[in-house]
Amino acid sequence: MFTVLDMAQPDKLEEAFEILTKRKNNTILGGCAFLKMSKKRIGTGIDLSRLNLDYIREDNGFIVIGAMAALRDLETNALLRDAFGGILSQSVRNIIGVQFRNGVTVGASVYSRYGFSDLLTALLVLDTEVELYNGGKMPLRDFLQKPYEKDILVQLRIEKNQRLAAFSSFRKSASDFAVLNIAVSNLDKQWTIAVGARPGRAVIAETASRALSQGHLSAEEIEAAAKIAADELSFGTNTRGTAGYRKALCQVLVKREIMEVLQCKSN
Amino acid sequence: MQIELTVNDKLVTWDVENDEFLADTLRAHGFLSVKKACDTSCCGLCTVWMDGKPILSCSILAMRAHGKKITTIEGVSQAAEEFARILTAEGAEQCGFCSPGFIMNVLAMKNELDNPTEDEIIHYLTGNLCRCTGYMGQLRAVKTYLGVA
Repeated sequence: MFTVLDMAQPDKLEEAFEILTKRKNNTILGGCAFLKMSKKRIGTGIDLSRLNLDYIREDNGFIVIGAMAALRDLETNALLRDAFGGILSQSVRNIIGVQFRNGVTVGASVYSRYGFSDLLTALLVLDTEVELYNGGKMPLRDFLQKPYEKDILVQLRIEKNQRLAAFSSFRKSASDFAVLNIAVSNLDKQWTIAVGARPGRAVIAETASRALSQGHLSAEEIEAAAKIAADELSFGTNTRGTAGYRKALCQVLVKREIMEVLQCKSN
Repeated sequence: MQIELTVNDKLVTWDVENDEFLADTLRAHGFLSVKKACDTSCCGLCTVWMDGKPILSCSILAMRAHGKKITTIEGVSQAAEEFARILTAEGAEQCGFCSPGFIMNVLAMKNELDNPTEDEIIHYLTGNLCRCTGYMGQLRAVKTYLGVA
């Protein structure tokens, strides 16, 4: 069990950041479902519930998602069900159950950069920016490569464009962690392939994405791009699967999701 | 810290620890229908409603219930009994340990979805594990209860 010595419920972000940086073991609390399983000793737990960050809205060509929006909100939100083939809604719909998704937050899922995250993989193939209180805005892919720094994830900003996308996760049973998850997207002939739950953190298969973008999308080229993705990424072994198994899955699933995007119609 | 909340339409003021989860708080105050089983936020036995939405009370800090409306099965006994009768008639009830959480999620689904398909029902109830009866009987009961059989 984790322990929390003091609790703060600030009304302003600057106050939250001040408390966060005051002591090393002060921590922002998301839904706490994952934190619950840790033995972390938290000095001051900072609850962001009073900051009204639980929104999902459209703003000047961006879909903006507040850090305290629940995963279930992503799943049911009409704007997100329509955008990008609904991949954000799809990416979270198999995470445990409805009750769990009502309690866990987008901010904690992204900030914690969990390797098993289905949401991160889907967000990576969209034009997603992370907005941090102190660090400002940056593309999600840059954020994922940065070392951990104490900051507050305020919101995600996703450019609302005509990008077509598809997502799938491979699970041994419904509601379990994914053995592997894949997202693929296409905008103006530029393709992006992301793979997560390797079991390491989601990454973009850069070489495969480039190869696919430069070709003519013949069956052979799609097959080749899927193989490049499986070859260029690293995979690991855990209780859900071996590295070799994940690598084999990766090639098949990347190919399927490319085919899926090709079938999508722009809306 | 002190929290003020509504539990089954009754306003209460409770003292809770900073790292106390809502399921423990509810049980400590006599709401013993709230069960805990898995320790990993995956079984659904602790399901209660927060402002009408089903949540895992074992994974939500008690302080997050401040100012909210919490509903346990004790607060919806009439609807729960109606469904429970169908559930037992379908032979979908053995030890009963998972039933309070399961029933709370079925009732939440009834409020949230209109005429759900079988796939939608299964999707909504995936987070409720049962280890003795089996899910087919439960599914029959749910479909009968929702009038979509």
